[in-house]
Amino acid sequence: MDIALEAALKIAVILFIVLTFLAYLVLFERKILGWIQLRVGPNRVGPWGLLQPLADLLKFIAKEDVTPDTPNRVLFALAPALALVPPLMALAVIPFGSTIELFGRKIALQITDINVGLLYVFALGSLEVYGIILAGWSSNSKYSLLGGLRSAAQMISYELALTLSVAGVLIQAGTLSLSEIVHVQSGYYFGIIPRWHVFWYQPLGFIIFFIAAVAETNRVPFDLPEAESELVAGYHTEYSSIKFAMFFVGEYAAMFVVSALATTLFLGGWTGPGAERVPLLGVLYFSLKTGFFLFVYIWLRGTLPRFRYDQLMQFGWKVLVPMAFANIFISSALALWR
Amino acid sequence: MILQQIPANPIYGYLPIVVFLIIALLFPLVILGLMKLFRPENPQPPKLSPYECGVDPQRDARERFSVRFYLVAMLFLIFDVETIFLFPWAVIYDRLAIFGLIEIAVFIGILIVGYYYAWRKGALEWV
Repeated sequence: MDIALEAALKIAVILFIVLTFLAYLVLFERKILGWIQLRVGPNRVGPWGLLQPLADLLKFIAKEDVTPDTPNRVLFALAPALALVPPLMALAVIPFGSTIELFGRKIALQITDINVGLLYVFALGSLEVYGIILAGWSSNSKYSLLGGLRSAAQMISYELALTLSVAGVLIQAGTLSLSEIVHVQSGYYFGIIPRWHVFWYQPLGFIIFFIAAVAETNRVPFDLPEAESELVAGYHTEYSSIKFAMFFVGEYAAMFVVSALATTLFLGGWTGPGAERVPLLGVLYFSLKTGFFLFVYIWLRGTLPRFRYDQLMQFGWKVLVPMAFANIFISSALALWR
Repeated sequence: MILQQIPANPIYGYLPIVVFLIIALLFPLVILGLMKLFRPENPQPPKLSPYECGVDPQRDARERFSVRFYLVAMLFLIFDVETIFLFPWAVIYDRLAIFGLIEIAVFIGILIVGYYYAWRKGALEWV
C-alpha cells in the first residue's frame, strides 16, 4: 500500500508539472513561430501572453462538443482517450533525476524503474496508432478516414526505424532499464567529453532516432496526417471542444516523451557536472536537454516545407531502415573491437 | 520484515504502472464527464453532417482505399517482430561476443534477403 500511495503522489506531481509545461510549450511554439515569421505572437492575454494557455483551456471547456452523425459514437468518444493515455503513461519510466531526500525518506525521481523500461515505452508508442485510426474511422468523414489511414501507415513505417535505431544503444548499455542507461553514460572520456552515446558511438543511431521520432509524432516536415491544405485537419477534422484538446495534448505529450527518451538514450539523461550531489541540478540538466529537442521541433516547423507522401514512405523504408541495419552492424563490430 | 523485502521483487515495480493506468484512464473520463456540465448542447442536422467543405456529403466515407496501406501494415508486422528479437540479443551482446556477431549476421542476413525481395517486387514503392 505504501508503494502505491507513494507512486500515486509522484504520478500526480509529475502529471501536473508535465501538463502545465505542455500548455506553456504551445505558447512558446506560437511565440517562436511568430518571431521566425517576424510577428510578435500571442501578446494580448496577460503580460507577454502568459495567460494564453489558461484562456485556451477555458475556450476548450466552454465550446460545444459536436458528435457528428456517425454509427460509431462509442468509438468516436473513445478515440481521443486512446490518443491521450499512452503518451501520458510512458512518463512512468522516464528518469527525471537521481534520488532526493524528502521527509526523511529517499525518493527516486522516476515513477518506477522497471527492467524493461524501453520496451514498455515502445509498446505504448505502438498503442498510439489505435487512437488515430479509430478517430479516422469513426468520424464517418472522408478527410478523417484518409488522414487516419495515412497517419497509421506513416507511424508504423517510422516506428520500425525508431526501434531499430536504439538497438545500438542497447548493445552499448547492455540493459533495457532507462535509469541504468543513464548511469552508463555518466563520467567523461579524457576527462572532458561526456560519455554520452551520441558522441561514442551512436551518432548515426541518434540521427535516425530523431528523424523517426519527428515522423512518429506527426510533426513538420512529416505532418502528412493533418496536411491542412488537402485534408482539412486529417483524423481530427470532426473533433471539437475538449475531445480535440485531448488529441492536442496527446500529440504534445508524445513530443515530450520522445524528446525525454532521446535525452535519456543519447544525451546522458540527467547526468552533468554536480548532478550526483545536487539532485535538482540533474532535473535542470534533464529539462534543458529535453527543452532543446522541443525547441528543435518548433524550429523545424518554422523552417521546413512538408514532404510529399510517396517521398515520405520511400524515405522511411529505403533510407532509414537500411541505415538502421548498418548502424546495428557498426555498433556490434565496434563493441567487439572495444 | 516482509514489507522491507517487497521492493526486492521486480514484479512490484509494475505496481506504480497499474496505479498510473488507473489515473490515466480516469483522467479523460472525468474530464469528459465534468465538461458536460459547462458546455452548450445544440445539435442540428446540418451541423452533425460530416464536414465536406460546406456541401452535402457525397456518398459514404467508408469506401475502398488503396491496397498499399495493407501492404505497409504486413511489411511492418514482419519487420517489427524481427526487431523485437533484436532487443534481447543486444542486451546480452557483451556476453555473446563473437558468437553474437556471427549469429546476428546470419539473422539480419536472412532479413535483408527478404527486404531486398520486397524492394525488387516494388512493395516499398508508393503510387
